[in-house]
Amino acid sequence: MLNDDKRTPDNGDADDLSRRRFFVKLGTGSLALAGVGTALFAYQYLSPNVLYEASPVVNAGKPDQYVPDSVTLDPATGIYLVRATEGFYALSAVCTHLGCLTAWKPELNLIACPCHGSKFRRDGTKIEGPAPKPLPWLRVWLSDDGDLMVDRSTTVAERQYVRV
Amino acid sequence: MKPISAYFEELRTTRAWRSVFRSGPGGTRLHSALVVQQNIFLHLFATKARKRVMSFRATWYLGALSFGTFLILVVTGVLLMLYYHPSAPQAYADMKDLQFVVSSGVFLRNLHRWSAHAMVFLVFAHMFKVFYRGAYRPPREFNWVIGVILLLTTLLLSYTGYLLPWDQLAYWAVTVGSNIASAVPLFGQDIRYLLLGGHQVNANALLRFYVLHCVVLPIAAVLLIAVHFWRIRKDGGLYVPEAAAGENTLAPAGAAAEDAGAATRGGTP
Repeated sequence: MLNDDKRTPDNGDADDLSRRRFFVKLGTGSLALAGVGTALFAYQYLSPNVLYEASPVVNAGKPDQYVPDSVTLDPATGIYLVRATEGFYALSAVCTHLGCLTAWKPELNLIACPCHGSKFRRDGTKIEGPAPKPLPWLRVWLSDDGDLMVDRSTTVAERQYVRV
Repeated sequence: MKPISAYFEELRTTRAWRSVFRSGPGGTRLHSALVVQQNIFLHLFATKARKRVMSFRATWYLGALSFGTFLILVVTGVLLMLYYHPSAPQAYADMKDLQFVVSSGVFLRNLHRWSAHAMVFLVFAHMFKVFYRGAYRPPREFNWVIGVILLLTTLLLSYTGYLLPWDQLAYWAVTVGSNIASAVPLFGQDIRYLLLGGHQVNANALLRFYVLHCVVLPIAAVLLIAVHFWRIRKDGGLYVPEAAAGENTLAPAGAAAEDAGAATRGGTP
């Protein structure tokens, strides 16, 4: 307002220029805001709110179907259910190297990965191979119906056996 | 503080920019013409156009608006494809998920639907405008023919998209539509059989309509739109009726264009 009062014919152009600059800034600012909004919008849209994936919790059945001192692979869920003398425990069968499904080799008494040759003992500890970490122990508990339940999304410390 | 345009001018002098856009910095008319001529997308268009042709009253921008809705449909369509499985009955569930579960899914679905309606309307309006102005006359007859094919492509895109929600409306609309196709003399039943991939509207029909809607027809539309735009330049620019003698003379390239441009502006009421 003060500028208006002091305006002379000479700085009229300068005033015009600053108004133009103001609107250029307003325009580019709006575009930037719209760009950020679009990015957020796209991120929200691209992240699914509901997934049709298998539940991480698996029902492994009654404990007595597992013979003592055995390792059982369920390829569909990717877990080993091991019945040791101390009790039951579950291992992830997914190799910690690059995610291949490992296999139990009873004749060699070890777990082997077919992709890159990693080898593990039946307690998940690593014998050799490119795998950086041992196979993790998964949370196991008994349901009210007496079924063995495994939560594939929760790892527990080693040597946590479930006694039946 | 420097204005943003100054940063842009600086950017245009960098080696990386020059490696992509060969025309470098500068603001002369010749330079502006080179920017258009040396860009693969812009070179479809003329390097210069009469001011009168670019005004709203010349075309009502109906062609550009049709193209705009097409771009919206491509973007929203690709995003919708990320949640849509073209299989029965999963397609219906995916459509419902887009409406009620996916963030902004209902917005994108409705934007796709309304843009589709708008595109059909705008393409027809564009055709009427071209017809009543007489812009289809020589040397633009071939571009009119391409325009008619583009109209049919638009209608086919609209029709094939109709089946994809896999609801009752879609099912019966395509049942009726494919029976209309079977009314073609001699080959009618064959056309219907090929269109549906069977005798009934079922999973094969859904997959065929999906491929037509998302792959075949959009590619056809993009190619035809490119030819349509390119022919505008080749046929001497957008058609605008003669208002006054001398107004339709093209400005020559280079420095002389300044004078010719000023003269044209002076001559426009």
